[in-house]
Amino acid sequence: MPEQPYTTVIGLEVHVQLATQSKLFCRCSTQFGAEPNTQTCPVCTGLPGTLPVMNAHAFELSLQTAIALNCDIPGFTKWDRKQYYYPDLPKGYQISQFDLPMSDDGYLEIADPKDRFEPKRVRILRAHLEEDAGKSVHDEAAGKADSEIDLNRTGTPLLEIVSEPDMRSSLEARAFLQELKLLLTYIGVSDCNMQEGSLRVDANVNLHLEKDSEKVATPIVEIKNMNSFRAVERAIDYEAKRQYDEWQETGRRLGESPKQTRGWDDAAGVTRGQRSKEESSDYRYFPDPDLMPVTTTAEQVEAVRAALPELPAGLRQRLGDDYSLGHYDADVLVNQGRPVVDYYLTAADASGDPKLTCNWVTQEVLRELKDKEITIEQFGVSAERLAGLVKGIDSGAIPGPRGREVFTTMLADDCDAQEATSKLGIEQVDESELVALCQKLVDANPKIVADVKAGKQQAVGALIGQAKAQNPNVDPGRVREICLELAQQS
Amino acid sequence: MSLLDRSACQLLADLKAGEISSVELTQASLDRIEAADEKVGAFLQQSGRAALAAAEQIDVRRAAGEQLGILAGLPVAVKDVLCDSTTTTTCASKMLANFRPPYDSTVVAKLRSADAVLVGRTNMDEFAMGGSTENSAVQLTRNPWDLQRAPGGSSGGAAACVAAGMVPLSIGTDTGGSIRQPAGLCGVVGMKPTYGRVSRYGLVAFASSLDQVGPLARTAEDVALLLEAIAGHDPRDSTSLEEATPAYSQSVSKPLENMRIGVVKEQFATGLNSEVETAVRDAIAVYESLGATVKEVELPHSKYGVAAYYVIAPSEASSNLARYDGAHYGHRTDQAEMMAELEAERKQLSESGDQRGLDNLDTPLIRMYRRSRAEGFGPEVKRRIMLGTYALSAGYYDAYYLKALKVRRLIRQDYDKAFEDVDLIAGPVTASPAFKLGEMVDDPLAMYLVDLYTVSANLAGLPGLSMPCGFSEAGLPIGLQLQAPPLKEQRLLKAAHMYQQTTDWHTRRPPET
Repeated sequence: MPEQPYTTVIGLEVHVQLATQSKLFCRCSTQFGAEPNTQTCPVCTGLPGTLPVMNAHAFELSLQTAIALNCDIPGFTKWDRKQYYYPDLPKGYQISQFDLPMSDDGYLEIADPKDRFEPKRVRILRAHLEEDAGKSVHDEAAGKADSEIDLNRTGTPLLEIVSEPDMRSSLEARAFLQELKLLLTYIGVSDCNMQEGSLRVDANVNLHLEKDSEKVATPIVEIKNMNSFRAVERAIDYEAKRQYDEWQETGRRLGESPKQTRGWDDAAGVTRGQRSKEESSDYRYFPDPDLMPVTTTAEQVEAVRAALPELPAGLRQRLGDDYSLGHYDADVLVNQGRPVVDYYLTAADASGDPKLTCNWVTQEVLRELKDKEITIEQFGVSAERLAGLVKGIDSGAIPGPRGREVFTTMLADDCDAQEATSKLGIEQVDESELVALCQKLVDANPKIVADVKAGKQQAVGALIGQAKAQNPNVDPGRVREICLELAQQS
Repeated sequence: MSLLDRSACQLLADLKAGEISSVELTQASLDRIEAADEKVGAFLQQSGRAALAAAEQIDVRRAAGEQLGILAGLPVAVKDVLCDSTTTTTCASKMLANFRPPYDSTVVAKLRSADAVLVGRTNMDEFAMGGSTENSAVQLTRNPWDLQRAPGGSSGGAAACVAAGMVPLSIGTDTGGSIRQPAGLCGVVGMKPTYGRVSRYGLVAFASSLDQVGPLARTAEDVALLLEAIAGHDPRDSTSLEEATPAYSQSVSKPLENMRIGVVKEQFATGLNSEVETAVRDAIAVYESLGATVKEVELPHSKYGVAAYYVIAPSEASSNLARYDGAHYGHRTDQAEMMAELEAERKQLSESGDQRGLDNLDTPLIRMYRRSRAEGFGPEVKRRIMLGTYALSAGYYDAYYLKALKVRRLIRQDYDKAFEDVDLIAGPVTASPAFKLGEMVDDPLAMYLVDLYTVSANLAGLPGLSMPCGFSEAGLPIGLQLQAPPLKEQRLLKAAHMYQQTTDWHTRRPPET
């Protein structure tokens, strides 16, 4: 990357929809995609007289996430009302957490297997639980000015995770989001589907630069409306350049203009300022008198911690320590999600050759999954059968170069490695038989022998081709070695 | 003597004995409403036909020997702030004039399952904000003892309909005294239970941390009966207490022994009407004659109660009432008129070249909110929304809301300390008997001070009861307030019953209606 005259400083706010069956304060379903306003009740539509009752499961999922993010869990947390008017917010306030969030002060470690940035710890300022608002559907058809409101989403539990401004490039921001998504997927607290809004990202971006050897920061801009990790990356890159241009033009520093909110236009590839009138909000937070504070004991925190599944960072470490995998391989496997890792672990344990198993999984198996757009659970070769293939190759029963044929047959015929091998007529070629075959070829090809002797070793390739034609089970590498040796001797 | 001169407990016995039917009783109640309510104005709505049908059902079931609920066949009035899916719930506000909730409040559901006959919805100050019922957007309610005077509020209709003998039982709500004060001014018994004793689910919120539903009737026994029907833990209300409901109607008649009554000196200081003071002191003397010892106690922070209350209650109200924005239900401004107004403003601004004005012109959505709320809410509701919005605003929160919460905690601590030495605290409900209608409408601050003796119990979450303990020379009822530690409703009821066994104030009936 070219050296820039500024450092981009990035903090992220991630809203994660928790995978509960029902909403945060009522029992309506959280299922995505239902007919508008069919998953509502008097409570989530904010009818007069209704009261919220906390969904304990949502709090449990939040605890799991916060603990996995190395956050502190205070013994006491409460609910606050964040007040603003909007038609998709039927109570006129959102139940959220203001000054005493359910967790704070954590971190998430990110690294780049391609070493484009140094591994780093991104601090988590806080993670708090809140209810989602509904959805406004603006009808922009000509002549129509009606907006419609869908309250199905109203009251869905969201965990808002706020990072410190610890990221210094869009690449780091993307790595943070990918690692966070992976972590959430491993714990199973969210489906993290960005298209369905299960994962929403806002980015706070500004620049640090130097002017007359004085360190200067530009005003912070919050970017909204980014619908993919790729969009986050592009928006940050765009915004950094835009802020640099603006800085050169205006020289305006942090604190000299109010925090601005800009929306990302993915099609146009630009951020656009939103009306300043909508930003200057005083949310008049105060504790929600309808809900009791939630207390959590150290024992409860420990119990949740103990019940957490193995997390991606620990798993990468284990794959390195116990399976001798390099960072890159471990990363590829872990990033595929727990089921692929489990598949690998089963196959590696059964084959006894973790490295070769890893090659097979990360190359052939993952290619199949990608080509056929299936999950590992739907994949036709079981981990045990893959281990059989690896073992066959290791023992020499399956010549390495024919492994892929065996694999394809296993997949096509739904059989194990042994059956595939015999179907393909693969037999181990006896060493003396191989030498005899090579001798015969050397004797029959004096021209090639002469070329080899003259130093043109690549001439031996023609003999390998002939050997394979006569017996497909021969190991080409071995044929090459023997033929070279015999040619020199003749 | 009318059927309705009997107590609810007596009527229940008569119903069980088959001496009267629920249809007869309900008809008597409806007749009385018909005859007297034109003058009193206690009801916003009566459900005559539905009530008679319900009564008939109960009579049929009783005849069939079915097990019936504890209020079986008794007419009950409900303050128009508790949701009932069979009718409108208006909170006496233009904002909710046509609002039909699609669900029942827990209290209404409990009344139904106790086989009460719901005869109508009573008038109140709009959204329960007020102390005279004059803030109703619909009608005035008059005090049955003097039709030129206010019944108190905000549960003015709830107290007046009992005082006028229209129903034996009535449900009110009390946020700063809204049951006890009108009960006191109308000469009936009213109780605000411990915060959390009765479910708030379906009670249209005014100030969530203070609101509590409670019973009104003419006797402590009747109040006990009605409280037993509505109290209890509700999983739909997170602030509802997980406490078993005592059999109030059974225990009310067991007298208290070695009763220790606390008296707060400041409550008898300047500002208290002398007739009220005399009546209250006489009532305390009655308790002494029944064996109680009287002790002076201190509630040093109660003098800040009204100030704290008028920060906390409006703050919560400003938030609770944000939902009435015209977008989803309730009053919405006329769209054509609104668009015409906006267009006229736009034209004017553009002609005068006021670009800034044009930039700041409301969007149709904002204008819809503004107009709907301006049209739908009355002046007192607006006043409190503004007070509360101000108190919660950035930069003021600590000085107002947080400070008020600290006062609130100190008031509770005062009570906890006082109740180490006494079982009950006795004192006045209001500084004077019922005031004239219109007397204070232009002086909101004077009206706020009417809550002086009652708000502390709400701030502290304690139960309090008001009952008649005498009459002024002008013939207006005077109330005695009893307060007890949290969850000690039984103690209040027993003490009130003991008093009513010895005195006959509660048997007096208003002359005019």
